[in-house]
Amino acid sequence: MSSDNPIDGGSTDMLTDTRDARMGEGLDDRFNSRLREALGSSPFILTKFDKFMNWVRGSSMFMLQFGIACCSIEMIHTYAIKHDLDRFHAGVPRASPRQADVIIVPGTIVSKFAPRMKRVYDQMPEPKFVVGMGSCTISGGPFQEGYNVIKGAEEVIPVDIHVPGCPPRPEALVYGVAKLQERIANGESSPVVVKPYELEQFGDMERDEVVDKLADQIDEETLAMRYNWADSP
Amino acid sequence: MSVEETEETPEIEAGVTVEDEVLDTLGDTVQTTEEHLNADASVVVRPDQVQDTLSALRDDMGYDHLSCVTAQEYEDRYESIYHMKQYDDPTQEVSVVVPASKDEPISQSAEPVFRTADWHEREAYDLVGINYEDHPDPRRILLPETWQGHPLGQDYDQDSPQIVTLSEWDNPLRDDHVDDEADTMFLNIGPHHPATHGVLHVKTVLDGETVADVDPDIGYLHRCEEQMCQNGTYRHQIMPYPDRWDYVSAGILNEWAYARAAEDLADIEVPEYAQVIRTMSAELCRIAAHMLALGTFALDVFGDFTATFQYAFRDREVIQNILEDLTGQRMMFNYFRLGGVAWDLPEPREEFFEKTRDFLEELPAKLEEYHDLITGNEIFQLRCVDTGILEPEVAKSYGATGPVARASGIDYDLRRDDPYGYYDELDWDVVTEDGCDNFSRVIVRMQEVEESAKIIEQCVDLLEEWPEDDRTIQSNVPRTLKPDADAETYRAVEAAKGELGIYIRSDGTDKPGRFKIRSPCFSNLQTLGEMSEGEYIPDLIASLGSLDIVLGEVDR
Repeated sequence: MSSDNPIDGGSTDMLTDTRDARMGEGLDDRFNSRLREALGSSPFILTKFDKFMNWVRGSSMFMLQFGIACCSIEMIHTYAIKHDLDRFHAGVPRASPRQADVIIVPGTIVSKFAPRMKRVYDQMPEPKFVVGMGSCTISGGPFQEGYNVIKGAEEVIPVDIHVPGCPPRPEALVYGVAKLQERIANGESSPVVVKPYELEQFGDMERDEVVDKLADQIDEETLAMRYNWADSP
Repeated sequence: MSVEETEETPEIEAGVTVEDEVLDTLGDTVQTTEEHLNADASVVVRPDQVQDTLSALRDDMGYDHLSCVTAQEYEDRYESIYHMKQYDDPTQEVSVVVPASKDEPISQSAEPVFRTADWHEREAYDLVGINYEDHPDPRRILLPETWQGHPLGQDYDQDSPQIVTLSEWDNPLRDDHVDDEADTMFLNIGPHHPATHGVLHVKTVLDGETVADVDPDIGYLHRCEEQMCQNGTYRHQIMPYPDRWDYVSAGILNEWAYARAAEDLADIEVPEYAQVIRTMSAELCRIAAHMLALGTFALDVFGDFTATFQYAFRDREVIQNILEDLTGQRMMFNYFRLGGVAWDLPEPREEFFEKTRDFLEELPAKLEEYHDLITGNEIFQLRCVDTGILEPEVAKSYGATGPVARASGIDYDLRRDDPYGYYDELDWDVVTEDGCDNFSRVIVRMQEVEESAKIIEQCVDLLEEWPEDDRTIQSNVPRTLKPDADAETYRAVEAAKGELGIYIRSDGTDKPGRFKIRSPCFSNLQTLGEMSEGEYIPDLIASLGSLDIVLGEVDR
């Protein structure tokens, strides 16, 4: 690329010439980007806005910097050198739940911590996603029989992806996060409007009744997103 | 044995033993004596004479380290056991047993004598249900305030529902700090906070930018480790749990604590070859744990998420690879067995040795790099030198051990003072610093890494030349271990954070009757108030980082 005297007396000829020379003749490849290459010659992408947003969400996840127990050490290793979760568009730990999209729950949840964790989760903006890391977030793991241990993260907050292991290796967590991204990008993991822990007050009803009852409460006009029960995986 | 057995002082035999001296010093306060495998003397005293007994033992006989307080419930009584040691010579041990009646479990608090008893007795109240008279702060410590019952007591029903609330916290100093000049602010640090190294909740009261009051609120990771161990059989089911106490890859050090106590209890020999492997793997763990302490401390004091932190984790990866070759796991090793280790070094051995040697060879240059990045850094020095002062006498009163004590000039290291494993055959030094500040604590850890490297190198040399026909990795241990009923022992090892002790009482079955963990972090964390009250809030964060606590071990 010529850089001897690129701008001379307001004429842009030289710049245009250089660019044309670089692009070669024929295609009007104004952006010369790899994305453009993949899409062919059309300058437009036609897609649904939802689909586009899903793709964006999956490709740019801000994780919550949230350590509980043993698994958090492996989680830090996943963020750090060698495993480097950032390679998968998911490596920026945010210290505040208000800036985070994804919460990885890395460890045993005990009675005293459960309300705190729910509070942290509640502070995250929608849409939010949860990765349960380790056996403790699945069932309580090795501490399941403890008097103080919550039998899994799902008792407190909804979980999108479970990564089993005690603790899971960093590779396993990377796989779990990649799976979550895949699900988000395909629109399979939708923003949850009805939270499972709120269902407790309807505990004695059949599931369908619960859905009907909650659906009645939703104001159609102000509803921005709807969770599609019928199509949900 | 039971309390009513005898009320009079037992006869003093000829030849002055430690027990005689203790009985001499204590005089009539001693009701009777017991047999504890670890202690030279175990005396039973009345519940209203705890303070007199402990101060006599401390002032007259030099037992200045209240290592642990174990509480337990029997069929006919409650019991608190105060495990006393000497900082100069931790092999000198005395257990003070304090029975309390079943209907009214009230016992005098030892807090006025040893500050560390504060939290230990709160834990005893919380989990077992003994009330301590004169205790300055008789609240629950690990479980939520609303908890019903005492889970390690005998008639506790685990299936009964519990209600846990999330309440807003009041400013505990609000009333006595209200005037026009001073204006205090209450600040919650944690339980979800990047600088608390896990789920610690520090209730802080600030006066301007100065810390007026600190109250560490723990229990957010209380995973019932003691209950889990009491429900497991000695031989196989307990060993996986120690890995999860101090979970920053320090698992093997914790396993050793359990192995040492159980081997002492059941009288199991460990082959020499296995001891060398144990020593080597334990020191690898210590390096990994100290690397994490270093990296997260750099993160705390200058938000260095890039260089130091990542370097520390790069080096940890190398260690974890070596340990994975050895044990098959990156973190939760489960490698020790009672009477030895699970398996021999991986084949081909040369490759393993080479890998370990490569790591040791590169280590000095890496440490040099850390010194350039951290200890030579002016910002770091400003943050750390002369902040978070912990005087040696205060540290002793709080039962501080490990790098925290050694940075306050207390020359106390169980690897040398109460030798186990292969440490006394090897050539290495105990690191101490006299600075008493945050900087010293970091320096001690970095120098300990060098000492650990020395130990590993010698172990590798030994293992390389070890004759092939003498590589016994486990001694013969019965499939089901049933130590004698009522055998009691308290054994400690030097874990990454300090003295990690285990008290086991056998009840004659293949599971422990009582399994108590003395965690170094639990005692070390208590010093936080001493270190940070009256200081600025950034110094509080630096002090907390330099204590290097792991919540899994604080809460258990």
